[in-house]
Amino acid sequence: MTPDFDQLLDQRGSICPMPVIALAKAFVDAPESRVLLLTDDPAAQFDVPAWCGMRGRVVEWSGDAPDGHGAAFLIASAATDLDVQ
Amino acid sequence: MATELPAQDGLPQTGDQPPAGYLDAASSAPLHPAARAALLAAMDLGFADPARRYHAARVSSQLLAAARESIASIIGVRPENVSFTTSGTSAVHLGVAGLALGRSRAGSRVLASAVEHSSVLHAAQALPGSPLETLPVDRLGRIELPALELALAAGDIAFAAIQSANHEVGTRQPIEAAAQMLEPTGVPLFVDAAQSVGHDTIPGGWSVLTASAHKWGGPAGVGILAVRNGVRWRSPSPEDPREYGRVPGFVPVPLVVAAAAALEAVERERAAESARLFALVDLIRERVPQLVPDAVVLGDPSDRLAHIVTFSCLYVDGESLLDELDRAGFAVSSGSSCVADSLVPSHVLAAMGALTEGNVRVSLPNGVKADDVDRFLTVLPDIVARVRAALGATDL
Repeated sequence: MTPDFDQLLDQRGSICPMPVIALAKAFVDAPESRVLLLTDDPAAQFDVPAWCGMRGRVVEWSGDAPDGHGAAFLIASAATDLDVQ
Repeated sequence: MATELPAQDGLPQTGDQPPAGYLDAASSAPLHPAARAALLAAMDLGFADPARRYHAARVSSQLLAAARESIASIIGVRPENVSFTTSGTSAVHLGVAGLALGRSRAGSRVLASAVEHSSVLHAAQALPGSPLETLPVDRLGRIELPALELALAAGDIAFAAIQSANHEVGTRQPIEAAAQMLEPTGVPLFVDAAQSVGHDTIPGGWSVLTASAHKWGGPAGVGILAVRNGVRWRSPSPEDPREYGRVPGFVPVPLVVAAAAALEAVERERAAESARLFALVDLIRERVPQLVPDAVVLGDPSDRLAHIVTFSCLYVDGESLLDELDRAGFAVSSGSSCVADSLVPSHVLAAMGALTEGNVRVSLPNGVKADDVDRFLTVLPDIVARVRAALGATDL
């Protein structure tokens, strides 16, 4: 089951580093939003968590994309450290 | 257009220095001048079959024996423990398959660190009836010894494979601690030492060790397979008496002679040179995060090989980065997915939980000029900025 989100970012078909760049851009417009990233880039499973660590975000949930094509990551602000840049 | 060989008198003279901007020694080191001289001499002297009974054969045989003795003493074993293969990969393949065969009655499971060179993982995966279990590493890329201990407790193990040091991030592995853990169980330890031989002190405690001459300044075409006395290793190849029955086929004596000459030379230079390279890598480790926003340097900062360093840059694709660096005259490599044929990032970076995008491995050849490192650090920030701008990734 896919959790609630504010923005849907379908990056399927685009490869490293584009999904992470799109993710970063999504948060520029809406820093507090919860973003559901859909991606089929094999590097995303490593680079999305790494990006979150560098930007004070967390992967709240990950799993298969709702339609079964690729992976999904729900990214939000880290719960307790909104001060982190 | 095909590259044409320069005329004989136009051959580049390497002297004591590698080509400017060549920072990919971990892929292949430039031929050491001592190896070049030895190779040319041995091409004329060592052409004959060392196994025959006539003068020319004895010359070949003596050259081969001297080379073997020299390499064995540097590795810390007797000459009869050392066999020559045609590449580091073939040494790994034979080493892994021979251990599984020799130990088939003792155990079937194969343990390997998750950050082994792909040749080790592929060789282990190819073993029939021997499931491979990879052991996790920490964020520095070092094997988690408690995981090894846990895996050993379950028994039924053919052998464990742990590299001497990682080929992408340079982190040294705790070989002697692992060997102590294995010792009471009788499980042999396979050590891929391709990045350490000629570059670092070779740890003890291993049962089978492999290496590759072109990583230390010898010619390509020579791998080392060392098997200690008493280790249950059985040849997976059809019978052939050469190389103590471990490696079938004719030995390229001139290449082996050159490999030994290079190893002797780099060992003589090692104390001074590795201290110098260690400091240059320290400089890269310190300066890259200062000069490049959102760059992370990976691997152990101190317990590491002298010459290897890897970093990743956010919002950068490895392919563009390598191309831009190549245009600026620098040869480096990358574990980023876009550089791999498979679009899968390096399993080493993945196992470490590291950022894989915009990844660059710098590996310094012996004799590299400090100026090359300075120039690299000078051009890098602009190149990263250009790649980011092209991807629309500014101010993120």
